[in-house]
Amino acid sequence: MSRPVSYNLVQKPLEKDISVAPLPDGHQGEGFFATSLDAVIGLARKNSIWPLPFATSCCGIEFMATMGSHYDLARFGSERVGFSPRQCDLLMVMGTIAKKMGPVVRQVYLQMAEPRWVIAVGACASSGGIFDTYSVLQGIDQVVPVDVYVPGCPPRPEAIIDGVLRIQDLVGKESLRRRNSEQYKALLNSYGIQ
Amino acid sequence: MTEQHIKLPAGSIEKTTTTLNLGPTHPATHGVMQNILELDGERIVSADQTIGYIHRAFEKIAERRPLAQITTLTDRLNYCSSPLNNMGWHMTCEKLLGVQTPKRVDYLRVIVMELARIADHLICNSIMGVDAGAYTGFLYVMQFRELIYEIYEEICGARLTTNMGRIGGFERDFSPLAFEKLEKFLAEYPKALKEFEDMFQRNRIFMDRTMGVGGISAERALNYGFTGPNLRAAGVDYDVRVQNPYSRYQDFDFTIPVGTTGDCYDRWLVREQEMWQSLSIIRQAYQKVQSFKGAEASVYHADTPAYYLPAKEDVYTKMEALIYHFKIIMGETEIPAGEVYHSIEAGNGELGFYLISDGGRAPYRLHFRRPCFIYYQAYEELIKGSMLSDAIMTMSSLNLIAGEMDA
Amino acid sequence: MALTNEYIIQRLKEKFGEDLFTFQESYGLLELVAPKEMNLKVLNFLYDDAQLQFRFLTDLTGVHYPNLTGEELAVVYHLHNLQSNCRIRFKVHTSVDQPEVFTATGLFSGANWMERETYDFFGIQFVGHPNLKRILNVDEMDYFPLRKEFPLEDQTRIDKDDEMFGRG
Repeated sequence: MSRPVSYNLVQKPLEKDISVAPLPDGHQGEGFFATSLDAVIGLARKNSIWPLPFATSCCGIEFMATMGSHYDLARFGSERVGFSPRQCDLLMVMGTIAKKMGPVVRQVYLQMAEPRWVIAVGACASSGGIFDTYSVLQGIDQVVPVDVYVPGCPPRPEAIIDGVLRIQDLVGKESLRRRNSEQYKALLNSYGIQ
Repeated sequence: MTEQHIKLPAGSIEKTTTTLNLGPTHPATHGVMQNILELDGERIVSADQTIGYIHRAFEKIAERRPLAQITTLTDRLNYCSSPLNNMGWHMTCEKLLGVQTPKRVDYLRVIVMELARIADHLICNSIMGVDAGAYTGFLYVMQFRELIYEIYEEICGARLTTNMGRIGGFERDFSPLAFEKLEKFLAEYPKALKEFEDMFQRNRIFMDRTMGVGGISAERALNYGFTGPNLRAAGVDYDVRVQNPYSRYQDFDFTIPVGTTGDCYDRWLVREQEMWQSLSIIRQAYQKVQSFKGAEASVYHADTPAYYLPAKEDVYTKMEALIYHFKIIMGETEIPAGEVYHSIEAGNGELGFYLISDGGRAPYRLHFRRPCFIYYQAYEELIKGSMLSDAIMTMSSLNLIAGEMDA
Repeated sequence: MALTNEYIIQRLKEKFGEDLFTFQESYGLLELVAPKEMNLKVLNFLYDDAQLQFRFLTDLTGVHYPNLTGEELAVVYHLHNLQSNCRIRFKVHTSVDQPEVFTATGLFSGANWMERETYDFFGIQFVGHPNLKRILNVDEMDYFPLRKEFPLEDQTRIDKDDEMFGRG
């Protein structure tokens, strides 16, 4: 017997109207709050990520559903999707990337300004997916460094939101010095990016 | 300093046109196509098209896979309306294998196919609005695509790439909840479609953006091989459901909307009217499904044990069922050698499957006749002489789905 | 008069003689095979003739038959007469050493990209085509992937183990 899932016939009463982001660790007093700069900047950045939807195929349609009002990615701060790499923080690669498209992904990644994150949405972007062929790039991590992989073919909008939440975790906890560190430079060098 | 620091390509100083790369990543989320436009001011002089940015070699993959596994490939052709592609493929296999589907299966297929057609046209029309600058229609109508996705989920478990149905019918009967969700959709959707229509149909800005833009005459359209709403907007009433009826479409009463000038506005109107026709077809099909009584009311697949997996209870208890199950899974059923071409009216036009079988488990050659690929050739002719914003509207009115184009 | 397969066969035999074609009927669809030099003449006849009027090119594709020496590559045209609702399939064969076939772009503008796709996949050179270059694959590709001798997978990939897929 099938289970009645997302049917919302019975409304659940709201317990609290507003949910507030938790405060980072710090010292609080009368009229001031002291914490580390990393934590504050991380908190601000993670709740206002501007994604660049690099939608190529079916996962792009699921992304459109995620941005729609039913699943609503905008409530996590990603209200403004941009298509200009200079202005965006998060490159969301959604869909199969063919070998012909690989240089384009790389070019868009290079044009993004630091700090930048990459999320590979879907099986094709993560590893080539079901297309183990001569013309498909087996995962975008062949050309750009990836932070979060979201599996699925296509992943449900809840999974895409989960991926964005993991990116938010990464963004919130990132040190301000990471982008200038030796490790990061070595990572970029391994992709041939200076 | 007399050296030249900047090297210009030859002829670039004398050139009077501007080159603009409407590149594979463009904000109009249509998929990955590239046009290198030569502009004279704002007018387009020529367009150099490049496709293949999402070429996934479906036809080569299909030579490796048994017939039942190719359904997952067909999902990803026109991914806005996967069930249409799936059903078309199943019908091609049934034509090759000589399987006759019972009435109820055909009517259930019609319901699913028309829902997919509504989903496809909804995306196209609302994205046309987005490209003209109106986001509200798109966001409002996506809610109803979610309802359609919920219906798909009840039937086959997946939202987008559905892999729905099997050769000979469906993998399981539609649950009562699926019919409940269908009724909810049929009750709520007409009002929303009417609101969407009122928002755009007589909207001065939308009409100015789309009337007279990207028009094509019927002769040129036929010469290019246009099919589907784009051809019907140009004035030719060619619809595969009427000309070569499949899945008992001849039992249904519907009209084919036809335009006159073939411009963007006509295409928008044709798709809009087709959605109303699809709603009417779904209602008729639903009535017919509900009118089956007794044993007929629970038939959901054809009686072909050679090609349709028998029920698991039988496989565990009966010998013949076990043998059939083994033969189907291991690929030892007899598949006749031969060539078959079957086409259906998909969201974009005539989606054809040319299947050459050599008797083996996998096809010898499978070719998809993809409508998007064929009519996108005409794009340069459609936009020559028009302005850049018209080129964007034309591209979105053609409903180009990159997955179908590049296959 | 209804356009039946027998009538089409009769008209073609009248025009081109008894021996030019081999006819076959599969699943209700008439299939004609002709030598490749005649492909434009046949297409033009089917287009212009007052009764036949096959004016819609539904599909153009290629097939590779490595076992038919001298005729390995085939170009398949699916034509459709929209008024009488009649379809036929027209095939021409060519050898893999000299895969030249006359282009149909003069007659059908829609054949342009379909022939480019066939060239991209099989290497069939369409004589007279305005822009015969690769369309779906990368321009630098130096082989024709849909021929039977080439594998599906990219042989240079390192993250997938063929052994695990039963192809080692």
